[in-house]
Amino acid sequence: MAGVRIIPCLDIREGRVVKGVNFQELRDMGDPAEQAARYARQGADEIVVLDVTATLEGRLASVKAIESIRRAINIPLTVGGGLDGPEDARRLLDAGADKVALNSAAVARPALLTELAEQFGRQCVVLAIDARREGRGPWQVMTRSGSRQETLEAGTWAHQGGQRGAGEILLTSWDRDGTAQGYDLGLIEEVRRAVNVPVIASGGGALPRHMQEAVAAGADAVLAAGIFHSGRWAIDLLKKELARMGLEVRQ
Amino acid sequence: MKDVFIIDTGLANLRSVEAALERLGCHPRRVRNATDVSKAIHLVLPGVGAFGPAMITLHRENLASALRQRVLAGRPTLAICLGLQLLCGGSDENPGIAGLGVLPARVSALPPGARVPNMGWLPLAGGRDHKEQGPHAYFAHSYAITAGESERLWVSGWQVLTANHGGPYVAAARKGAVLACQFHPELSGDWGQRLLAAWLDSSPGKEMSWPA
Repeated sequence: MAGVRIIPCLDIREGRVVKGVNFQELRDMGDPAEQAARYARQGADEIVVLDVTATLEGRLASVKAIESIRRAINIPLTVGGGLDGPEDARRLLDAGADKVALNSAAVARPALLTELAEQFGRQCVVLAIDARREGRGPWQVMTRSGSRQETLEAGTWAHQGGQRGAGEILLTSWDRDGTAQGYDLGLIEEVRRAVNVPVIASGGGALPRHMQEAVAAGADAVLAAGIFHSGRWAIDLLKKELARMGLEVRQ
Repeated sequence: MKDVFIIDTGLANLRSVEAALERLGCHPRRVRNATDVSKAIHLVLPGVGAFGPAMITLHRENLASALRQRVLAGRPTLAICLGLQLLCGGSDENPGIAGLGVLPARVSALPPGARVPNMGWLPLAGGRDHKEQGPHAYFAHSYAITAGESERLWVSGWQVLTANHGGPYVAAARKGAVLACQFHPELSGDWGQRLLAAWLDSSPGKEMSWPA
């Protein structure tokens, strides 16, 4: 079986990498192509680029930034942000994305997943699910960068998404994102039970132990941003540590 | 600068393979007619999507026989992912549709129980016993040639690498200057880039070899 994939995530806006809490006070963190290339050299298994405000601003993720990242890396690139239809997906793929991630547009019109899978193959279609829960309640799907809560449960939606053509689930815990308290293991377990496609855990991962727990809960890949941008963990050192803990990783 | 022709049927995502070729100092050109497929020194058959529609497109654009001929002649041809599957006799994905039939094998669905699609990096194994552990390559697929078919490939002169996802399957096969990869060399890091360089260095009289 494949080892666990370590995926750094670049949040970009206006062609720059940004970091902020809940999209407030976005701070400039550098040039996306340079950062992506550095992560690829360190042994990143894949790069995810999210244009964090694209949907809210009613536009597509920055094609220019994607083109320069594509030139700089020889590993897979997933791009999300503002995708509204097959034409948008075509533009992102033409710019150099290998997969496109979509959240709000798929919730609004689930048939879009099928259209994308038929046109580009399901391995190109990543269903991004942002979820949060109230107390012990069910995990609810959030859209439009967390500004809208849908009456849709994460597990149910993941199952439907997989049936409709998603080839992978990018699963973000809105409760854990930015907290460094570890991935939401209950959420991962719930979605793992619902689908047979790969699941990427996202939100709250800051330590090797968090990643080990996410994999034990059923994740095939783990995504993180802050710990890499801040330099707290270099990917090669993180992978060494994960291997020491008994996880299979590509080194 | 080396011209590399890439078959553009409008289905595949070509940018990543173009970028990889540009990094190696090549000049990629998108083509979709039989003359270009025949005359190309180096030709890439990329592929995403489904087996049946892709074969129908190759026939409709009149590319199938030009492709078959250059593969049979051992001319530098690189088939990626679905491209490898199209070289086979047929696929369980669309059982009624014949493939190009230049790889003596049949494509089947990845075994039940394995995660599908298979997305991620797997170590490659060499040798007829699939034992020599090699570098990792990046895969994104739901169908494959099971390793049980690989003996037929070896007997026909193909050198085979395998990977394991719920069971061993064919990760790559090469013969002369023809290279067929189930994985994506253009996304397989530095080793993938070395593999592309080795293929670019091959010619009808100069067989390629697996890079270290």
